[in-house]
Amino acid sequence: MIFQALAFYLFALVAVGSAVMVISSRNPVHAVLFLILTFFNAAALFILMGAEFLGMILVIVYVGAVAVMFLFVVMMLDINFAELRQGFLRYLPIGAVVGLVLLAELLVVLGGWTFAPDASASVQSPAPGLEQVTNTRALGLLIYTHYLFLFQGAGIILLIAMIGAIVLTLRRREGARRQDIAAQVARRPADSVEVRKVPSGRGV
Amino acid sequence: MLTIGLPHYLSLAAILFAIGIFGIFLNRKNIIVVLMAIELMLLAVNINLIAFSVQLGDLVGQIFAMFILTVAAAEAAIGLAILVIYFRNRGSIAVEDVNLMKG
Repeated sequence: MIFQALAFYLFALVAVGSAVMVISSRNPVHAVLFLILTFFNAAALFILMGAEFLGMILVIVYVGAVAVMFLFVVMMLDINFAELRQGFLRYLPIGAVVGLVLLAELLVVLGGWTFAPDASASVQSPAPGLEQVTNTRALGLLIYTHYLFLFQGAGIILLIAMIGAIVLTLRRREGARRQDIAAQVARRPADSVEVRKVPSGRGV
Repeated sequence: MLTIGLPHYLSLAAILFAIGIFGIFLNRKNIIVVLMAIELMLLAVNINLIAFSVQLGDLVGQIFAMFILTVAAAEAAIGLAILVIYFRNRGSIAVEDVNLMKG
């Protein structure tokens, strides 16, 4: 029990601290690296809660794909970040007010909130105990039985995102020499070879 | 205090969400950091969903958290693609120039 509490406070504190660093660090590369730290700690919290599969997915998808994509874009674009930071202090008061009001509201809601007495009766699909089946297997059984169409929809969303990203960033460069395989295959000897009769002593 | 339950996770998620909102206000000009703040807010929502799912013993919350993860990945990909072509056309990512076509 004490170990669980210690682990929670460690991961939560590091997650909140690195989240603050994400929004306040001067260099966007550092911001992306702190974002990765936040995701790692959130994944550890997921595992602490008992959702191992989502913790691992978070590490693979967010750290492995999304954060690396952010890092790639930050490093690829040649951006004057000092110019972008102008007005940082101008927006600080209103941002702090809005953030603090929102946080206070959320915490007030949390303070005066209880479960409805019959909340546990409306559970859609009760999780089997960990001694019977692992979290990953239970999720898989549920997804491929009751949520198959939603799962396929999620796949289509990813496909559309992929097509959209490719279509948006694709550009045809003028003057670039590209391989035209159809033209290469369609070439005949008559197009490229010419047999000439060369008279001796005079050249062509 | 030492027994970690639902309120602890919900408070953590609320703090992360507020940090995300704060980040959007703070870095209004830098759209890369705005996208990162949005990712933080989506992470806070995921923490909420999973905390409730574990507390109620209902696996549906974890499935929805997975779908939110999917949408977040798609959103980041499209957002960064738009950012890249905007930078290619304008040579900067200053967001206040985006209303150029407003007329």
